[in-house]
Amino acid sequence: MAEPAASEAVGAARRAVEAVWRIESGRLIAALARVTGDVGMAEELAQDALVAALEQWPESGVPRNPGAWLTTVAKRRAVDQWRRQAAFGQRAAALAEELRTADAAAEVAAAASGPAPSAAASTAMAGAPLAVQTRPDLAVLQPIDDELLRLIFVACHPVLSQDARVALTLRLLGGLSAEQIARAFVVPTATMQQRIVRAKKSLAAAGVPFEVPERAEFPARLDSVLAVIYLVFNEGYAASSGDDWMRPELCREALRLGRVLAELLPREPEVHGLVALMEIQSSRLGARTTATGEPILLLEQDRSRWNQLLIRRGLAALARAERCQQARGGAAGSYQLQAAIAACHGRAVTADATDWARIAELYDQLARRVPSPVVELNRAVALSMARGPAVALVLVDALVAEGRLASYHLLPSVRADLLQKLGRTEEARAEFERAAALTGNERERALLRNRARSLGRD
Amino acid sequence: MKFMMLLQSDESNSVTNGPEEEMLNAMGRYNEELIKAGVMLAGEGLHPTSEGVRLTYDGEDRTVVDGPFTESKELLAGYWLIDVASKEEAIEWAKRIPIPEGQVEVRQVFALEEFDQSNEYVQKEKVWREETGASRTA
Repeated sequence: MAEPAASEAVGAARRAVEAVWRIESGRLIAALARVTGDVGMAEELAQDALVAALEQWPESGVPRNPGAWLTTVAKRRAVDQWRRQAAFGQRAAALAEELRTADAAAEVAAAASGPAPSAAASTAMAGAPLAVQTRPDLAVLQPIDDELLRLIFVACHPVLSQDARVALTLRLLGGLSAEQIARAFVVPTATMQQRIVRAKKSLAAAGVPFEVPERAEFPARLDSVLAVIYLVFNEGYAASSGDDWMRPELCREALRLGRVLAELLPREPEVHGLVALMEIQSSRLGARTTATGEPILLLEQDRSRWNQLLIRRGLAALARAERCQQARGGAAGSYQLQAAIAACHGRAVTADATDWARIAELYDQLARRVPSPVVELNRAVALSMARGPAVALVLVDALVAEGRLASYHLLPSVRADLLQKLGRTEEARAEFERAAALTGNERERALLRNRARSLGRD
Repeated sequence: MKFMMLLQSDESNSVTNGPEEEMLNAMGRYNEELIKAGVMLAGEGLHPTSEGVRLTYDGEDRTVVDGPFTESKELLAGYWLIDVASKEEAIEWAKRIPIPEGQVEVRQVFALEEFDQSNEYVQKEKVWREETGASRTA
């Protein structure tokens, strides 16, 4: 039965290639983008290397050093391409020389340490036989951190729309396929592919340099990077529409990107603030829904189901954010403040033990830092817990009068809650109904209808 | 998905026998890679079994035996807890652990979401976990 065994080997090799791709693709694309100066070309070259791996690894086995293998193949393709395009200049010559040196070193290492790749695999490759089966030491994995950082800034460049930044970041840094990203954002695959292609073209057309922005430009650009990561996280966390398995994946991917960024920029308080916020919010993922998928509100969640490891990691990241912020001086940033609020909940062993006065104070700071009606609404909730529903209702009524949150279901939902506490049952019921009509999430609608119904029976 | 990489080794070799500087540096670089890839949740080495004890349970009886334990190759010397997308990715990371000898076991950590939530016995198990305080990994 050679057939099934062979196809099994192919399947196993394919999964191994995908795993290597996830670990290596960001760095690979970053390194290629530095060499080529073009993110689109870098990604194509990386894809070519991936295809070569998918073709050859099932037969030759996964090389001892898969990252170096992919890099060498991709760089070789770059040289070939430049040769064909007659744009063969110093750049290609330098890269070809680099490859020759690497090959010579690798051949020595391969001769000393193990079998060379099979002849079939070697000759299938364009150019000279590949001999990068070195010992799995970590020398080749040594930092090209700056390149990864540049890649993040390019993928989140302001010439791109927010949608395009999200798509490109997940594509280039997450190693997710266009199909996976499309599924996660509930759009057709073709739409997502177009979005990614257009994004790469826009970067090339705008002549976006492959660099970390200048000092003056840095804070604004970092804000954009953090916003993209948090957007990805929230898309997974809030499940504003659809009901797909990829969504928790988005949370994890955003968290991973955040952790990567935290190591690339260890002194930026807001990076640690965002990571802290995402770690603490992730700790509640398992407690946010019932067995049948109904949402459970924060204060009603079974806290024994919160992931204490992630809470501890979140608190540590928050402490790091606060240390960086104090070292730098100035006020706390909005992610740090939101993480501090999340931490108040995370530290409370029971809902009753929540430090609402502290949370209200943090929302005060947040409202000053990033004034917005949503923050104001949350401040109202915190105030109602700290000082009673009457004080909070004044704030909420002001928001209603302002009319800026007219289509936001949480405004009538919060108002309903306050009215219920104040014993104004009929008004509360009407507000729950209004909130139910506004939400786009089926489960939430059912929850709000239930609350309205339960008041109707009184 | 969370995976544990369990580093097993007998105590006569350099993996477990107190970290030599070279090993310490190699492990340090490896851990740095895990951290920079955003996948490392936790990881520690364990002191030799000569400083440990082993408990045996039999009904109400507990027997405590001092180390060292004499089995070879199956002693836990350390662990990593990593957060990755697939078993293959966990294996790929495990391949990169810079140890000259020993054995690493890769085991997935159960998450509550993995169970069929509508199953009556899963619900019972959940209640049991609540009651017994067994570890939860939501």
